[in-house]
Amino acid sequence: MTLTDPEHLEQSEAGGLGDNIDGAERVKRRGSDSAVLRLSEAECAEIGNDPNTDADDERVLLNMGPSHPSTHGVLRLMLEMEGETVLRSKPVVGYLHTGMEKQAEQLTYLQGGTNVTRMDYASPLFTELAFSLATEKLLGIEVPERATWIRMLMCELNRMSSHLLFMATNGMDLGAVSMMIYGWREREEVLRFFEKVTGLRMNHNYIRPGGVAADMPDGWEADVEHLLALIPPRLEEYDILMTGQPIWRERLQGVGVLNADEALALSATGPILRSTGYAWDLRRDEPYLAYSAVDFDVIVGSYGDCYDRYAIRLNEIRESMRIVEQILDKMPAGDYRVQDKKVTPPPRVRIDQSMEALIHHFKIFTEGYKVPEGEAYACVESPRGELGVYLVSDGTSTPYRMHVRGPSFINVQTMPHLMQNGLIADGVAIISSVDPIMGEVDR
Amino acid sequence: MADPLDYLRGFAVTFKKLFEDRVTGDYRGGKAKEGAPDNKRPKPERFHGRHVLNRYEDGMEKCIGCELCAGVCPAKCIYVRGADNDPDDPTSPGERFGYVYEINYLRCIHCDLCVEACPTQAITESKLFEFSFTNRNDAIYTKNELVVDDDGMPQKMPWEDWREGDDQLTSGWMRATSSAGDHRYEGSVHWAGELGYGVRAPEVGQSAGTISTDGGNSPAEVRSENDG
Ligand code: SF4
Ligand code: SF4
Repeated sequence: MTLTDPEHLEQSEAGGLGDNIDGAERVKRRGSDSAVLRLSEAECAEIGNDPNTDADDERVLLNMGPSHPSTHGVLRLMLEMEGETVLRSKPVVGYLHTGMEKQAEQLTYLQGGTNVTRMDYASPLFTELAFSLATEKLLGIEVPERATWIRMLMCELNRMSSHLLFMATNGMDLGAVSMMIYGWREREEVLRFFEKVTGLRMNHNYIRPGGVAADMPDGWEADVEHLLALIPPRLEEYDILMTGQPIWRERLQGVGVLNADEALALSATGPILRSTGYAWDLRRDEPYLAYSAVDFDVIVGSYGDCYDRYAIRLNEIRESMRIVEQILDKMPAGDYRVQDKKVTPPPRVRIDQSMEALIHHFKIFTEGYKVPEGEAYACVESPRGELGVYLVSDGTSTPYRMHVRGPSFINVQTMPHLMQNGLIADGVAIISSVDPIMGEVDR
Repeated sequence: MADPLDYLRGFAVTFKKLFEDRVTGDYRGGKAKEGAPDNKRPKPERFHGRHVLNRYEDGMEKCIGCELCAGVCPAKCIYVRGADNDPDDPTSPGERFGYVYEINYLRCIHCDLCVEACPTQAITESKLFEFSFTNRNDAIYTKNELVVDDDGMPQKMPWEDWREGDDQLTSGWMRATSSAGDHRYEGSVHWAGELGYGVRAPEVGQSAGTISTDGGNSPAEVRSENDG
């Protein structure tokens, strides 16, 4: 049944729960009978204070979050419960809103990376990449090959670290506490490599319009090989600890089911969409960077449940490692930033040698570079789905408007549909399997 | 049907960990009692830590008060005012020097764009990141605190937790980004010597110095290509 199925709507208007009040009254008080609870805060308070509430009406409005260990940050869910069953729910977002899209209008394209990287803090390089690709589209420049491959390497490693973090939190949310420690441990190994390359564990500002900030450090191949050797046996352990574990399976299989039509209607992307069996991966379907030059599989599920979403992410770590291996072999030599002196500052030594270089250096670091008028959208496959950056330029050195299509934000919409008629304990598994990063939801 | 042994196999994984090497270290944040281990993880060369203001090998300050660092800072946490050098007792070579220099560490996001922007390599980064304050004034580092001491070493404030070696790897990010994307400039020196360290060696990079960068003697074709 699809969400827009009229029969479904009709059915829900007429019958179902709370038969003791008539339909119109119920709709007024609790919204329609879709999965989404459509009540304002004021209406909730009104219901709570209503002395005429039927004594047999066992429905309870419950707030989960915004400060709850299993809501991954500051997500708040309003749940309409009957006993332990979730009837309807409403995700309430905005608790982490920091006005980053507005902030982007104050920062030059050079500084912009420091801002966008803070949105999805579990996979910062992807937002930097989408922002850079959109800016490059407007500038009409092509980045050197090595920069493209470095970007790909860093992003795939970032996908690994992000999914490893998911493994940790997914395990923790469902009571596999050792898994939490193992997940963080492996992720730390990846972050240690990032620290070597970019100087920071997260929020790197490393991928910039025109290329990347610095070349790979000396001996980076050995570090990557170390990671590639270290992680597969650990993933085997995860398989024993979780994939094959009967408790784990019983907890996740058949929980939070979505079909492909529903996922598409809700614009869900990433592992949520793929778990329904719909193979959609921008790396393959709208190749960017050099993804058409590497070999990898798009992992899909078949049941669209929490278990599929878990298994997809676990196997995506393996696919990313496959890509990283190929990148190690194929990494080209050459420049790592476009040699366009309007966009890239001159090599440091040139500042002392040439007046023109000095002027470019000053201009780029103070007023930034001007980007031609126009608009551009660039999207990448982040660990959470389609991550797009839409930029409007008015010809100055700061964006006129920036909008980010955050996959976390859009995936949060699936939650009420996944949770409907499930147990609240399964709700925890569902929130975890949607894997929202609140920094990206609220921006 | 689930194999009942699968329940136990999970426990085997966690049990095995008892006999594996620990991945965590003994860290006590500088508050260790006598003799107790208190180790920090070594930091990589490019790590972005607390900044320092460098001096030339002759002791002159490198900062010329140009305010480029303040201009590029996305968090707007640097405040610089330049002043003319006293010709008889100059603070820096050249006409101007940084007269006021402040970084507000309550705002700094350690992006190190200031390090990339500084034309004289005056502001660079140390590897120190453990510094917490009990009042706002401590968080605003003034020039007196940022500028390196007479041995060229970063000054150590009472609230900072310095360990051996933390002050040795300064300026790594400046060196890593100096070639600005041009692979031919990798592996060559683009910077002046620093008090206490001399001229630092570059990262080897891809091409190990295909262009000579010894102060203005680079090959003519490179020059015309870049200035074109
Ligand atoms: S590191 Fe970044 S935020 Fe901090 S002072 Fe430098 S430019 Fe500003
Ligand atoms: S530190 Fe560097 S960029 Fe900042 S004012 Fe001094 S010379 Fe200029």
